[in-house]
Formats: sequence, C-alpha cells, structure tokens
Amino acid sequence: MKAELDLKSLKPYGDTTGDGSVQMSFTLPVEPTPKAREAATLIVREWGFTDIKIAHMSKIGENYAFFVVFARCGKSIDYTKVHVPELSTEKRTYKEIDQIIVVKIKRPIRLVGACTGYDAHTVGLDAILNMKGFDGDIGLERYRGFRVVNMGSQVPTSDLIDRAVKEKADAILLSKIVSQKDIHVSDMRELTGKLKKRGLENRFILVAGGPRVTHKLALELGYDAGFTIGARPSDVANFILEKMLAKLDSTGDNEGTKKKKSKGET
Amino acid sequence: MAYSATLPLSTRKIARCREIARSIGGEVAELVESHSTVGTERAVLRLLGFNDALQWEGLLFPTSNFLVDQLKASERLNEGALFWVANALLSTGLGISELEQRTIKEGFDIGKVAPFDKSKVAKLANQLAKDSFRKLVQYRKTRSGLKRKLHDPVSEKRPLKYVIVATGNIFEDVTQARAAVMDGADAIAVIRSTAQSLLDYVPQGTTTEGFGGTYATQANFRLMRQALDELGQEQNRYIRLTNYCSGLCMSEIAVLAALEGLDFLLNDAMYGILFRDINPRRTLIDQHFSRLICGVSDIWIMTGEDNYMKTTDAKESGDQVLASQFINEVAALNAGMTHEQMSIGHAMEMDPSYKKVILYEIARAQMTRQIFPKCPLKYMCNTKYKTGDIFTSHAVDTVFNFIGSFTQQGVLLLGMPTEAVHTPFLQDRSLSIRNANYILNGSLGISNEFGYRSDGEISRFAQKVLDDALKLLEKIDGMGLLKSIEKRYFADVSRTVEGGKGAAGVFPVERKNYLNPFFELMGSKI
Repeated sequence: MKAELDLKSLKPYGDTTGDGSVQMSFTLPVEPTPKAREAATLIVREWGFTDIKIAHMSKIGENYAFFVVFARCGKSIDYTKVHVPELSTEKRTYKEIDQIIVVKIKRPIRLVGACTGYDAHTVGLDAILNMKGFDGDIGLERYRGFRVVNMGSQVPTSDLIDRAVKEKADAILLSKIVSQKDIHVSDMRELTGKLKKRGLENRFILVAGGPRVTHKLALELGYDAGFTIGARPSDVANFILEKMLAKLDSTGDNEGTKKKKSKGET
Repeated sequence: MAYSATLPLSTRKIARCREIARSIGGEVAELVESHSTVGTERAVLRLLGFNDALQWEGLLFPTSNFLVDQLKASERLNEGALFWVANALLSTGLGISELEQRTIKEGFDIGKVAPFDKSKVAKLANQLAKDSFRKLVQYRKTRSGLKRKLHDPVSEKRPLKYVIVATGNIFEDVTQARAAVMDGADAIAVIRSTAQSLLDYVPQGTTTEGFGGTYATQANFRLMRQALDELGQEQNRYIRLTNYCSGLCMSEIAVLAALEGLDFLLNDAMYGILFRDINPRRTLIDQHFSRLICGVSDIWIMTGEDNYMKTTDAKESGDQVLASQFINEVAALNAGMTHEQMSIGHAMEMDPSYKKVILYEIARAQMTRQIFPKCPLKYMCNTKYKTGDIFTSHAVDTVFNFIGSFTQQGVLLLGMPTEAVHTPFLQDRSLSIRNANYILNGSLGISNEFGYRSDGEISRFAQKVLDDALKLLEKIDGMGLLKSIEKRYFADVSRTVEGGKGAAGVFPVERKNYLNPFFELMGSKI
C-alpha cells in the first residue's frame, strides 16, 4: 500500500512517499582518495542527511574530486503553512500585448532599466530587455508597445531616477544579480528610499529582478513585483501591461487625456 | 534515389554569392580607405611599442590613449600617429621607450613638437613600421615552432574542444584552465568582464576583479599564455588561447594578442554593431586593421554569426547567417587573411522542441562545411533554449557534439550544463569536456561512413537556406551594407551610420597625407 502523503510534513520524493531522497553533486578541492570519499560523506551528514550514498567520485584536473551523492533528507516542512504571494498575470503573447497597448494605452509604455550600485551583471536585465530575450521569449525592446531605455550596469541610483523622470517613464526595472552580504536588498531599498525623498514614491511602477529576488521580498520592500530566475520577458511585459491597464481604469489616465501633473518632480 | 557524401548544393549559386559579397565589401573598402579611427591609431602606437600606462586623474591610462588624445587636441591625427611619433623622435633624438617615459613622467606632448622635414619623417616612420612588423613575424614563428614541437590536436582531424573560463580573477582562471586542459580541452577562452567592449581604452596589469569575466589586459594574456604553455609542455599538447577582439579597442586587442601569443580572437564588427551598439563605421575600420594583424600573426579570427540566431528564430534565420559569413569572408580576404585562418561562426540554436530539429541542424552545419571547405568553422552550442534544467541541457550538448563531429566542424564551443545559471563551475566544465571526449572519440571518422539523400529533407533544407541567402545578398548589395543594417536585415536590430558608441573617434584621412605603412606591410588589399 502506498504511504499517505502528509502535507504537514513535506519531504522530497524519490520512489516512495516520504523517503526524502535528494541527489546532489559537488567538488572538493582535494585528490579523489578513500579519505576524500569519507570526507564527502561526513560533509553531507553534517548538513543533516542520512543514508548517504556516494554514487560517484572522480578526478577533475589536479587536486579536485567530483562527487555525485544520493542521501535522505530527515527534515520536513509544513506545506500548509507556506505562504507565497503569487503574481497572477494572464499569459498573453507579445503580439497580443502589443495589440492591447495600441488599442487601450494608445502610446508606447516607457521603461527604464538598470543594474545599480556595483552590480555589473546585466545578464538578467538584458535577458528581459534586449532584443534577443531569453529562452526563445523575445525581449521588451522588440515589442512595438514598449520604449525601452537600458542604462546598463553600475548605474548610481540617483542617475536611474533622473533618467526615469526625464524619460517620463511608466516603470522602472531594477536588476540585482550580486547578492553577497544581501547587497541586493540594500540596493533595492536605496531606490525606494530615494524615490520617497523626492516625492516620487507613487510615480513609477517598480519592478525588481534577480536570482535572489522573490515577489514576496519585492512587495516587502515596496516594489510592485519581483521576478526571479526563469521569469521571461513576456511575464514582465504582462505584469506591466496589467498595471498600466489598472491605472487606466482607475484614472482614465493615458497621455492623450492626461492634463494634471503628479505632485513630485517633472 | 541517390546518396552522396555531400549535399547537392549548386556551385554556381555559391560562386554567385561570393561575387555579390565582393561587391558589398566594396562599400567597406571605400570607408577604410578614406578614414581612420582613434582605436586604429592607438593600435599603431602599440605596435611601435607604446604599451605602458600612466596615472592620470586617478586612472591607469594607457600611453597610447594619451598620445592619440594629444594629437587630436593639436589636430594632427590626419597624418596618422606614426608620422608624429617619427617627427618627435627626430626632433628630440629619443628612442620609443624614452619618448614614452618622457610622456609619462614629464607630460611631453608630441602634438606640440615642431614639424621636421617631411621626407625624413616619412623615412623614419617607414623604418619603425618595418621593425615592428618584423617583430610580429618573429612572434608568429615562435608560436608555429611550438606547435610543431608539441603534438598539435588540429592534426587529429576532429573538432577542437573549446571551453570558457570566467571567474573574474586571472589567477583563479588559471586554476580552472589547468583542470580543463587536463580533462582534454584544446582551447581556453577567457571571457571578458561584462561590457569591456564599451571601454575606450584597454585596462592595464593583472586583474582579480571582473564581472561575469576577466578583463582582457596584456598582463592577463601573458599570465594565461605562460600557464598554458607550461601545461602544454607537461601534456605534450599545444593548447590554444582565445580572447575577444571586438568593441572600441578592437585593433588594440589584436596587437596585444599578437604580442602575447594568442591563437584565436573572436572578431566581428557586425557583432559590435548589432549587439553592443558600437558605431558601424568605427568598428568596420578597426576590424580591418585588427584582421591585418591577425593575418600576419596567424591568429584565427572567429566570426559572430551565431549571435543572430539568438535574437531570431534560428530555423528561419539561416540566410542571414550565411549572407553575413560571405561578407565576413570578403572582409578577411581584403585584410590578406587565408581561409585556414577564418573560423567562420555559426551555431546550433534552433528550438529543440521542433520536430526534425536535428535534421535541420545537420543540414545547416553540413551546408556551412561545404560552402567554406577550408575554414575551421566555429560551431557554437545551444544557449538560447537553456533554462537551468542542467540535465536536459547536457543532453542537448551531447547532440551538439555529435553534429559537430558528424559535419566536421573546426572548433566546438562546448555547451555547459549550467548555461543560463552561472559562469561554469569546475565540475560543469569537466562534465562538458567528458561528454565531448566520449562523442568525438567514439564518432571519429563517422562522416566518411554516411551519405545524404539527394532528394531528402536535409538536402532540401540546405538548398533553401542557400537560395534565401543569395536573394538576401542581392537585396543587401542593392541598398548597401550600412543601409541594410539600418533596415534590420541582421538579427532584427536596426543601427544607423551615425549612431552608436565611438562615432566621435572616426575621422577622414587623405591617403596622400596619411601615413600607415602597416597596411602595405601586412598585405592589405585595401
């Protein structure tokens, strides 16, 4: 008989419910010897695993040993208590998005994106913004409905804000790849902090992205959305479009009819 | 039905493509003939030996930049940097390195030295160029001697295994490269720090902090070259070193690579124009000079057509790739390069979920093989459809390796299971090389065993790509290359002649007043 799945005690699944099976691989900076094999076992045990099986050990170059390990994870979590705010956006194609922008927004949506601080990794920003996009999903530059300014890397936060103001941006896209010492969090805070100081906290749709950025974290820090690894340009496009449509519904605001100026700088 | 070892491609159409490409190349030739750039002039200075740097406003600033800025300020660039260096040497009686030191230490300004007798200056300039040229030839001989002395994997008649290292720290790169070579890699590419191509100077010294890669500097080149040479001796195998020669310092990187014994350079103006938004005229002019240097130094250039496939549907964009390859071939021939030095680029980038995708990939790879029979083709693995599922990724790489072997590509840019996740870990690269070792070893000579159906799907696909490329080349020829770039003919990106980075560094020259004997010495056809 198959064991009952207990969501209050969720564990990884190998071939038997509740077995806690995990596969992992790593390299130790030592020669692959029986001693190294034992060391690998001890390290995995140290992490809280049991039934450790070193399936494979081989030499890489000189003084490195590569391991493939299977083990059981003894710990579990209560799945019923996991809470993740979900981004629920419709999955429209880029053609559909462009079409809606033409019909409803009636002007291109203006985006300004940057990697701020010392972060020089534009891979995430480029994956979303550049023509070529990511995983076969074309980038926002390629949409007719978006006018994109990609400021690139190592942009001071105040320059990003200045540019967003100058371009009359609808949304700011902040990409944070580097996360050592939680630098991504402090850089994300810096943007919201500086916007607030200049009375611009409600002016832009704020979108953050990065490997350690979650939607939950983004909301906590005052952003409208957070995207992480696996997010596609069309996901970001759909989100921004929905935000724009919601704004339109609430204010009837698109530039054709817009007269009143926002409170902050212009 | 008939089977043949090759695809039934029309030789008449291929010849026609080449003819049109030559006509298209004329536009670039005219541009090169009537212009130079600050980058090209800095490369000339580096060839002469100006490779030091000075502290300037808190930066380590290359003297070649400093000197060109001096000449620009005094409106002397139109004669070429070499002319004014020779002028300064005659007027001061100094040698090159003394002049460089005086520039660094005393702020000596070659833009302010009174003009000397013109014919004497020209005579000295020609002599200086000849001396530098001879040095390059000597460096090349040293490298080819090493290739003869050690076992050269090119002689094994299988694709070379090319992997990247990208830690940002040149010393850590050496560790990673050593392990890769021990696993069986034939070529090591040190990925450059993000956006180095946009820097208008080459950083100086060994570097330990980069972003997504390691700065290309002369000192870093030397350190890696030395490590690979030592390892090559241990393994009795010649190991090739690769870097990136694109962007605003294209021709300067070519000089440094030649001086430090690099073997391959990723070199493609079109890449810079389309994907880095470098000014088209700037980079086409710099490219010509960089290719002259590569030709003389026997550095293979690797072209970047694989990138077009990342922005467009690779199944549909075969014609752009082929058209660009023909245009790149002409540009390299105009710089006196041989086909054996042209690692013409392409990639396996079609959506893996397409039905019969492997057939189409074989068709394109084999077609490219047949159209450029003497070129060691650079074949790039799939990156566009990689997501983080490292296991499927590894499976795709296996197919890539097999097609590379089956269609006899020159160099395989091996895929990493962790593509789209991070720059490769030691183990990622090791798994990738093990995969290639298995496939290349196990399928050695397989292309001699099978033939293609003349009326088969593979033949039909290849024929269509060739037909489409011919049509595209005709259209490009009709409107001109620069105009066609503006019209989004390549990679669906539009760039204008006046736009992009580095446009201000282009200036017109009159050949009768402009002195650059390297063109003739290096066999320029322009």
